[in-house]
Amino acid sequence: MKLRRVVVTGLGALTPIGNTVQEYWDSLINGVSGAAPITYFDTTNFKTKFACEVKNFNVEDFIDRKEARKMDRYAQYAVVATEEAVKDAAFDFETLDKDRVGVIWGSGIGGLETFQDEVVNWSNGNGTPKFNPFFIPKMIADIAGGHISIKYGFRGPNFTTVSACASSTNAMIDAFNYIRLGHADVIVTGGSEAAVTIAGMGGFNAMHALSTRNDDPATASRPMDKDREGFVLGEGAGSLILEEYEHAIARGAKIYCEVGGGGMSADAHHITAPHPEGLGARNVMRNCLRDAGLNPEDVDAVNMHGTSTPLGDIAESKAIIEVFGEHAYKLNLNSTKSMTGHLLGAAGAIETISCILSIKHGIVPPTINHFTDDENIDPKLNFTFNKAQKRDVKVVMSNTFGFGGHNACVLIKKLEA
Amino acid sequence: MSDIASRVKAIIVDKLGVDENEVVTEASFTNDLGADSLDTVELIMEFEKEFDIQIPDDQAENISTVGQAISYIEEAKK
Repeated sequence: MKLRRVVVTGLGALTPIGNTVQEYWDSLINGVSGAAPITYFDTTNFKTKFACEVKNFNVEDFIDRKEARKMDRYAQYAVVATEEAVKDAAFDFETLDKDRVGVIWGSGIGGLETFQDEVVNWSNGNGTPKFNPFFIPKMIADIAGGHISIKYGFRGPNFTTVSACASSTNAMIDAFNYIRLGHADVIVTGGSEAAVTIAGMGGFNAMHALSTRNDDPATASRPMDKDREGFVLGEGAGSLILEEYEHAIARGAKIYCEVGGGGMSADAHHITAPHPEGLGARNVMRNCLRDAGLNPEDVDAVNMHGTSTPLGDIAESKAIIEVFGEHAYKLNLNSTKSMTGHLLGAAGAIETISCILSIKHGIVPPTINHFTDDENIDPKLNFTFNKAQKRDVKVVMSNTFGFGGHNACVLIKKLEA
Repeated sequence: MSDIASRVKAIIVDKLGVDENEVVTEASFTNDLGADSLDTVELIMEFEKEFDIQIPDDQAENISTVGQAISYIEEAKK
């Protein structure tokens, strides 16, 4: 069968460096860090006392108080970012066939704070299980997609993908494939995460995964820098409207770009450590290029997973050289996590939005906080250090790798008729 | 209005997000105040917490209006 073409017609972002797509992009190209001391809870006893929180966000500006109370922050973020994306897509709700509109969302964890609070509450009691009836429907990792479908009446395919930090990339790939195969005409996709909580910070600290640069949070996320020492936890949501090409043309939609392909692979190596030679990372980029029917030389830029961990950044850099060969040195590579922190299951969504905006504006956002080269990383690679670079981006890839060894990569390209 | 009645009404206003003047004695949680089954369970739990009482499930089933909640709690607190 002939596969249908898929384009992007709406974007929404709620991030640590901007609460709308425009604010997010302005911060990205200006190299703004979203890291700051944690405001949500007392960090006195925590090894890491900072994170990239969403700022100046009052949920009641967007969602009725009674409804908002029944949602974990991760679901609130999903609904708010999607509101922007749906508005951006400018559907005519009178004529839109809502049976053909789906929601495929991604979240690495789901309602972590809800789980934490309910268990603490139980543990402070006399052992009688007094759980709030909204505990489960607030916590479960699929509920964000449920809320979005209920709000708009979208009755097409609806589920959530969970693959840790690759979750929303898997969601976008699934959305792409479901539209390609004809299961839906429009799919709301993306991801959200809200793990800046006592349990989240404590848990990631226990793994020695987080930076502990408490004296200078803004420079803590420093992908590819010699002195990187862990990632900075972020939170928020990215929402994308994927639409079948003819459907978008027929309604005169504004089209950002085309989704070219998606790749997936597993490291099959270790639960949390990346394969030292970047085997899974290499395979996922090759799978993605094959799916898109493109050659390595066709690619202009790669938004790296680049979490600012000692092992991960080296493995991914090696994989890029293996996949792209000499062309690797002509790529604009970047890690926007240097600014946003690591949004876990939402990372793929907000980073793909950055890629899409690079195509639109001809600018690649920087990898900020580069001070010292790492001798284990090829210095001939262009990581777009510290300042945004102008580049006519026609084809761009976004990498995400999750605990469990899950790898997912999506390829976005300029729309050509 | 008794102290219990005003506290019950405050909980309902807070949890169901309704206007205070809608919370009249004969108002039904589900039919008049927009509660679903989960909201109703949460209300009962809030009453238990606020008034430090236990409301067994079989009796909770009989509390479906504002007035029923107030009289149940007034009886339990005697």
